[in-house]
Amino acid sequence: MKKSDTLPLHRVPKGSRVVIIDIPDGKSKDQLIRLGILKGEFVKCLERLPGGTIVIEKNRQEIAIGVTLAKTILVAHANTEILTQQSE
Amino acid sequence: MHNHSTGGEYGPGPHKHIDQHKHIGIELAQEELTRPKIALIGNPNVGKSLFFNYMSGMYVDVSNYPGTTIEYTRGRFNSCDVFDTPGVYGISSFNEEEGVTRDVVLDADIILNIVDAVHLERDLFLTQQLIDMGKKVAVMLNFMDEVEKAGLEIDTKLLSSYLGVPVFRTTATTKQGFDQIKTAIEQARMGEQDGSLHHKVHTMLSITGSEAEAVLVLEGDEVVAERHGVKPGTERENLYIERRNRVNLIINAILTEKGVRKHIATTLGRWAVNTWTGIPMLLVALYLIYLFVGQLVAQDLVSFTETKLGHELWEPWIKGIVTQYVSLESWLGIILVGEFGVVTMTVTYLLFLLLPLVIAFYLSLAILEDSGYLPRLATFVDRSLNAIGLNGSAVIPLILGFGCVTMATITTRLLGSEREKRISTAILQFAIPCSAQIAVVAALLTGAGFQATLIYTAIIFTMFVAIGTILHRILPGQTTPLLIDLPPMRLPRFDNVIRKTAFRAYFFMKEATPWFFAGALGVGIMQVTGLLTVWQNILAPFTTGWLQLPREAATTFVMGIVRRDFGAAGLYNLPLSPNQIVVSLVTITLFTPCIASLMVMVKERGVKEAAIVWTGTWVVAFLVGGILSQILI
Repeated sequence: MKKSDTLPLHRVPKGSRVVIIDIPDGKSKDQLIRLGILKGEFVKCLERLPGGTIVIEKNRQEIAIGVTLAKTILVAHANTEILTQQSE
Repeated sequence: MHNHSTGGEYGPGPHKHIDQHKHIGIELAQEELTRPKIALIGNPNVGKSLFFNYMSGMYVDVSNYPGTTIEYTRGRFNSCDVFDTPGVYGISSFNEEEGVTRDVVLDADIILNIVDAVHLERDLFLTQQLIDMGKKVAVMLNFMDEVEKAGLEIDTKLLSSYLGVPVFRTTATTKQGFDQIKTAIEQARMGEQDGSLHHKVHTMLSITGSEAEAVLVLEGDEVVAERHGVKPGTERENLYIERRNRVNLIINAILTEKGVRKHIATTLGRWAVNTWTGIPMLLVALYLIYLFVGQLVAQDLVSFTETKLGHELWEPWIKGIVTQYVSLESWLGIILVGEFGVVTMTVTYLLFLLLPLVIAFYLSLAILEDSGYLPRLATFVDRSLNAIGLNGSAVIPLILGFGCVTMATITTRLLGSEREKRISTAILQFAIPCSAQIAVVAALLTGAGFQATLIYTAIIFTMFVAIGTILHRILPGQTTPLLIDLPPMRLPRFDNVIRKTAFRAYFFMKEATPWFFAGALGVGIMQVTGLLTVWQNILAPFTTGWLQLPREAATTFVMGIVRRDFGAAGLYNLPLSPNQIVVSLVTITLFTPCIASLMVMVKERGVKEAAIVWTGTWVVAFLVGGILSQILI
């Protein structure tokens, strides 16, 4: 997969749909899995506040993620997903 | 998979179960041990407390933000014990709330799993985990009224057959479906466990003795593993992902999504976390609260209740009665109806000053909570709070602090790390004036003018930032990132808001009243024994020299140790210039928190930390107050 296809979650522009590529290990990851956010899932970026706090939506559920965590979550734009799958 | 063959030593003994009861703090009599235990388990904000209120007839706090229930509550339902628990997204030991819920689950005979039908994807993870743990479960699908509005359709029968446990439709706010609770308890059963997990559990079962605990150990729960003297499993993530996939599979089969209409509440919710509309929304909310609490109640209503009812009606009346038996000049007369009279001043402050304010504040807070605005505010201010070592969730204890610092100190438990609990507790105790104190401060500042108000606010805000920043710098460790789910915005329910306000105001008054009387009695005794003059003389270099206030101001510091507002209230009767008012208010605000919150701080943070903070408030209060005085006066 080309590196340019992925970006950290806190950089995702408001309104765009992304697919989760990687979440670093840790308690936050386990909590995110419980909430249904894990590798391969699609989420929508509802809001991106100055400083990088991000609000995402997954199945009518709104989740707020602080910048320090959002920085570590790698995502790809939903439309480039097909490309990345092919290259894998 | 794991190597823990030393089962014999740590093996399951009969003592294990008794330990468990001790752990969750229930001391049960023998006959109570045999009573079936029903646990209400669910994600945050799914209506567990409404079920509990209905089943037990007891009232517990209900609100629309995560983290309200920090302890479990026990009640009776028919011949069973029913437990209300903190909302969790899964069973483990990620934080204190989860620990409480985990132990209730392990101990329960039957689980009533309350599920938010609108957010099935999120909630069914917990449901599946409970089933995997081998517990007897019945699922209550709540918010059925909102399911239709959200354009969703749920095949309850199919869901029930997937899960292997009975599923019931309810709407807790209108008590719809509550007649099925009894049936649900009767029909609760073990469900369809995840096949591969079920297989692994057998190895662990011989060590833990209970299937539920075996599952938790496999999922890497440190606390449960330690209880059984084994190493926690390392497969948490895999097991979680497997479970998540199974849930997604079920969802795909049972859930149909029709067209979704956008609700006005959803739009408002979005505005609250929007870069441009967030601040105006916050300002509007604050302004409305100011109009209601600050203007309508603190000024208009209180000036009526305090002057007319307190000073003109109650005090002369009770004075008349008391003086029939004791002389005004006698020591008893001074204590009862003198300057700090136990039955005059204290009653006026409590009933005619504090009570209206506390009710007004809790009413505003209840509306804020139930609307679902607070978690959005937490999101909005997240980045700013990062600067003082906190994340957005800390906004909840900090806002509660403006109501009652004591209560707020308890809620710091919901924060992610010891470090954040420490920082927020310190901020609360140093720089946040409680509603009662704000009331008195606001009244005094109104007299002192706009400039005084501005200086006061600026200094307290600076101290708030300064204390947070300093602690953030010197304490080791890092701030945990914000990760919260935002409950839907809802119109607060009138009866719930009223009940909650009445309940909290009652407990506040119940807690405050004895301290007020004790404080007044203490100061009264100091007055008749001459100790007050001695104290005033000791503090004189500080009060008159350093702070440049009248020497009687020392009295307010004695009262301030007892209760914050009590201290500020003592300034009422002193002849002060506007600048002196600012100096004295800054000092008294930064000065020690009340005795009740000191007690809570000792309990939550330990004697050492509490002692440091408490002593610190003396130093900071006099230091900042003094410097200000040297500049202003």
